[in-house]
Amino acid sequence: MSMKILVGCKRVIDYAVKIRVRPDKMGVVTEGVKHSMNPFDEIAVEEAIRMKEAKKASEVIAVRCYSTIQQETLRTALAMGADRAIHVEVPAKDCENLGPAQVSKVLAALARREGASLVLLGKQAIDDDSNATAQMTAAHLDWPQATYASKVSSCDGKLTVTREVDGGLETVEVSLPAVVSADLRLNEPRYATLPNIMKAKKKKLDKLSLGDVGVELRQHLAVVAVSDPPTRQAGVTVDSVDSLIEALRHAGRI
Amino acid sequence: MQVVSKAVRRLASFRSRLMSSVASIDPSAGLTDEQLATQELATRFAHNEMLPHMAQWDQKEEFPLSTLRAAAQLGFGAIYCKEDYGGSGLTRLDASIIFEALSLGCVSTTAYLSIHNMCAWMLDTYGSEELKARYLPDLATMEKCASYCLTEPGSGSDAASLSTTAVKNGDYYSITGSKAFISGAGESEVYLIMCRTGQPGPKGISCILVPKETPGVTFGAKERKVGWNSQPTRIVHLESAVVPVANRLGEEGEGFSIAMSGLNGGRINIASCSVGAAQASLDAVIEYTKTRKQFGSPIAAFQHTQFEIAEMAAELLASRLLVRNAAVALDTKHPDTVVLCAAAKLYATRNCLQVIDRALQLHGGYGYLKDYPVQQYLRDCRVHTILEGTNEVMRVIMARHLMAS
Repeated sequence: MSMKILVGCKRVIDYAVKIRVRPDKMGVVTEGVKHSMNPFDEIAVEEAIRMKEAKKASEVIAVRCYSTIQQETLRTALAMGADRAIHVEVPAKDCENLGPAQVSKVLAALARREGASLVLLGKQAIDDDSNATAQMTAAHLDWPQATYASKVSSCDGKLTVTREVDGGLETVEVSLPAVVSADLRLNEPRYATLPNIMKAKKKKLDKLSLGDVGVELRQHLAVVAVSDPPTRQAGVTVDSVDSLIEALRHAGRI
Repeated sequence: MQVVSKAVRRLASFRSRLMSSVASIDPSAGLTDEQLATQELATRFAHNEMLPHMAQWDQKEEFPLSTLRAAAQLGFGAIYCKEDYGGSGLTRLDASIIFEALSLGCVSTTAYLSIHNMCAWMLDTYGSEELKARYLPDLATMEKCASYCLTEPGSGSDAASLSTTAVKNGDYYSITGSKAFISGAGESEVYLIMCRTGQPGPKGISCILVPKETPGVTFGAKERKVGWNSQPTRIVHLESAVVPVANRLGEEGEGFSIAMSGLNGGRINIASCSVGAAQASLDAVIEYTKTRKQFGSPIAAFQHTQFEIAEMAAELLASRLLVRNAAVALDTKHPDTVVLCAAAKLYATRNCLQVIDRALQLHGGYGYLKDYPVQQYLRDCRVHTILEGTNEVMRVIMARHLMAS
């Protein structure tokens, strides 16, 4: 099967960093803060590479849509085993408006342009937790979607995907081409190896503009405010079950 | 004129590839994209595969062979060996970055890995093609581990006075003697033995590869140490151990300079481990002082704490700069390499030990508990001022160069 897989890679603040709200309360501090590839995207990259190693796919293309800051996210994907990378460059001032609505358009355009049969994304990014890009991409392409994948197997132009849903596990079958979003237990991403980090240097990294993929960015959302969660309040000790019920009623909890 | 400027340009581009801009307290400052990716890989491996086990390896004195092999899978087993037999073909600066990052996970294990790397490099540089083909691939994957055997019960700093002797008989050497304080002894399969094949002094010494299974090779009891407990340290006894002449690295009489050239890099590696441990200790203590409250404020609010941390950061940065500079010197065959490696080892092992010690002090009583990693960083780094050439010998080396007429 000569299937081409497109994998989306988002650069997010590293999961281990303590997030701080910006003084202007319009976002979080990103300057000088450690960033890395969105963990769910790493899982997607790993799955794509495994499919290629199992000869279910012929090429894995890692893509990223952002301004031209460090390329290390795409280089990481290449070092893990992606064949080549595409960076869709967005002017720095427009990056604040890049959300699932915009990125999904770019991914859909790229999937068509590259002739991909599978778009593999992380289920959500750990910064905005939108959980919408995969779904919107499928809609733009009019392709079937299988989200929250914890297991993917491919056979004869179809994918059997086990999805982790609130009620348990659901198994669906989708025909290719399709969009799949990776959940936590899909796989454990490999470490890049030193030889692969060095080889990644030589792999192709194409830069495209929004014009090249025929996408126009329009702002659909405006951030009103970003604030810290409320600090934990001290509790109150109650002396009986009745006072507990009364206190809960008073707080509007029951 | 053209030849000179071509060489200068090549050197400049090589150097700019190695160290592009400003180094800082953040260990990733000033690194190229590949170095960042390498550092990221090593840091992640240290966090996931080493840090959770470091206390147990120390307390139970476990040699984490499977973890070492996993590290070798990533290319950490023969970092600066050529790619011909499985090496990663990287630079000493890359190795320094890697060992600094891995030390966060466990200094003792990283230090052993660096010794193994040093031995692999010695084989790669001075061994015959046949010898390399026979042993290097297994050393690169750490299917086999290696140990460096120079010190003896009777010769430490006075290394050239060693007395283990190799007597030649046709195509074989028969080796008799004892080697002391050998890291990895008993676990390693490959032993690089510095022994006497000729006259007294350094020029009578050769370096011979002795496999563990050679009849006549036995080991003393495992030493009980203050730190470096995840690697066994033993005396290696050789009693008429017979190995082929083909196992010799380089020529007869070259063994001492082979041993010393291995140690130049070894010193950078050990110093890198000290830097990594100091960084981990500094990061830990900054966090601790922000949360620990006394007299109504976090102790981070007290000027003394702030001044301590500032000084520790300055010492750490100076150490890191010296170490990376020495690595670049070694990579570019700078004429001052030996002095720079000695200076880096002297400064970094001593000053980073002090940084870790101050970090322990700032932790108060908690710093003394084995529940906190600072004490392990301290105990593990304590020996770095002693081995691979004592800091006193580093001064001897530097003085000799500085004061030569």
